[in-house]
Amino acid sequence: MKKFLAGIAVVGVLALALTGCSGGGAGGAAGGAKKIITVGFAQTGSESGWRAANTLSMKSAFSTKNGFKLIFNAADNKPENQIAAVHSFINQGVDAIVIAAVVTTGWDDVLKEAKAAKIPVILEDRTIDASPSLYASWIGDDFTKEGVTAGAWAAKTLGATATNMVVLEGTTGSSPAIDRAKGFSSSIAGTKITTLDSQTGNFTRADGKTVMEGFLQKYGKKINLLFAQNDDMGLGALDAIKAAGETPGTDIQIVSIDGTHDGLTALSTGEFNYVVECNPLLGDKVASVVKDVLAGKAVDKAYTAVDGAFDKAAAIAALPTRKY
Amino acid sequence: MTRIFKHRLIWPIAALVALIVLNSISRPSFLSITITRGQLYGSLIDILRDSAPLMLVALGMALVIATRGIDLSVGAQMAISGSVALTIIADSKTPNSLGTVVVAILAGVAITLVFGLWNGFLVAVVGIQPIIATLVLMLAGRGIALLITGGFITTITSTPYAVLSQGHVLGFPVAFLVSAIAIAIVTVLVRRTALGVLTEAVGINPSASRLAGVRSRGIVWSLYGLSGLLAGMAGILYSSNIMAADANNAGINIELDAILAVVLGGTSLAGGKFTLAGTVIGVFIIQTLTSTITFLGVPPAVTPVFKAVVVIIVCLSQSQRMRGWISGLRPPKRLVVTTPNETPIATNRTTA
Repeated sequence: MKKFLAGIAVVGVLALALTGCSGGGAGGAAGGAKKIITVGFAQTGSESGWRAANTLSMKSAFSTKNGFKLIFNAADNKPENQIAAVHSFINQGVDAIVIAAVVTTGWDDVLKEAKAAKIPVILEDRTIDASPSLYASWIGDDFTKEGVTAGAWAAKTLGATATNMVVLEGTTGSSPAIDRAKGFSSSIAGTKITTLDSQTGNFTRADGKTVMEGFLQKYGKKINLLFAQNDDMGLGALDAIKAAGETPGTDIQIVSIDGTHDGLTALSTGEFNYVVECNPLLGDKVASVVKDVLAGKAVDKAYTAVDGAFDKAAAIAALPTRKY
Repeated sequence: MTRIFKHRLIWPIAALVALIVLNSISRPSFLSITITRGQLYGSLIDILRDSAPLMLVALGMALVIATRGIDLSVGAQMAISGSVALTIIADSKTPNSLGTVVVAILAGVAITLVFGLWNGFLVAVVGIQPIIATLVLMLAGRGIALLITGGFITTITSTPYAVLSQGHVLGFPVAFLVSAIAIAIVTVLVRRTALGVLTEAVGINPSASRLAGVRSRGIVWSLYGLSGLLAGMAGILYSSNIMAADANNAGINIELDAILAVVLGGTSLAGGKFTLAGTVIGVFIIQTLTSTITFLGVPPAVTPVFKAVVVIIVCLSQSQRMRGWISGLRPPKRLVVTTPNETPIATNRTTA
């Protein structure tokens, strides 16, 4: 009896969990006389506000109104889930597959399968380590360039005076963390900016705050500049800076990357000094590339999104229409 | 002197002191506490404040572990309570009124209490293994939190809510005082009533305690509820710290840190005897370790290794057998020799 009850409970809970997972998926109803393009989109998951904005952008670009039927799958940041999702897209015979890869490796087999089934694959956001013949195109942001832009601002604004910088890095080993650091240091090479310390804040507000507290305790008032590799860490650091009795934006200048609504709000009030955009609104470009590929037109192997950069005035102008 | 060294808390305390000494050698400013604008300020104060969420979670975890259970869902529950509270405040027309904030906090904590009781129901009534029962909510809970926030990070501006993590009373951070009150309440609950003894009885031998008339079902059920309640409060503190409900990252992996804190403090995962004081010290060890990484400037790439080495050293120092081997390297102490035919073996066993 006990076991039976346990069984019922487990089934019930699993059913609950499953409905929870599929709740956000399967966008767009089929129908209509016009030829509808069925697209399978394997998203990484829903790990951040950036990702949520990216998902929304993709869903609205691949809407029924635009002639698409989108089969959406969020892989919960597990590579095996994502490969399973792509397999299922191939079995369902979709017209095209879009992948925002969780990891860069392990894609060869499933992509060969897609190629054998004559289904074009378009990569979104992240690149992969596979032969370029296995995918049609890549659309994403150039993390190195974002780092270069942020560094160029720092070099221009503070490069002539002796400046002590601390860095809040993203998740150790992730491609945005590596590339943004590389780009930034290439821009500030030869200036009078010295890096006091660099630690990971895992791209989160809470860790950004904790690490910044540590920096402030360690170096006191020596810090003049903070480079936060994303807005969230910078926003977390704001509280730590205020608690230490310093004024963010004046005593410690802050440059960050992402351009989220909250980041730009901080910029508009002068607490941040410069924000480089990492544009999540890739949906429209991806949709047009998918259409071109299916129409047999030639497409480039890589498209980088236009990443703007904001100072205080630009942030105030951009905020009212900011979507994410 | 030997009594001090035999005390079970001596090794966790030694580890904590060693970490603090290490930091002070690296930067003497580590120990300095100054008064800035009427509030205490310094690394040690930061540690007290930042350890609050983990402290709440670890207290609940210690009690659940004492019943031979485990609660993997605490991190997800933190995400849920933060999301609920901040959604209420964000949707309210008066985010700065104390009433709104109190309602939001109560709602956040109440919902995790319900989820905690659900865990307890699965474990105590349905009889599912704790690790599976709570794994369900660990996976589903974060999804629930994301559903509440719509996948975005909900941010608010609310002065009363900010006080929880950023305010000070009598110079001390409010978050620390909240965790101190929780420690006091839980300690009174388990040590001044029979609950602690009954919990240990259930953990040591569930069948025997049931035959002895202990209502193990009710005890286990309510302790999972308490764990949920404490995790909910931890989620409130976490979200107040950053004034945002970050459903993806709130309390991520905190269940592992909490289990680690409980074990570092000297409570066995096999259940039974538990120590709240040890758990508190375990939490401080973990939080100090985080500061140590910044203070020593450990490169991010080797941070996990550094943490692992410290944890291994602390665990080894607590192992009776390991200590036996190390003392075996020194000249042997005088052993108490018993003549075999005089002393019955049974008494030896019971005293060992």
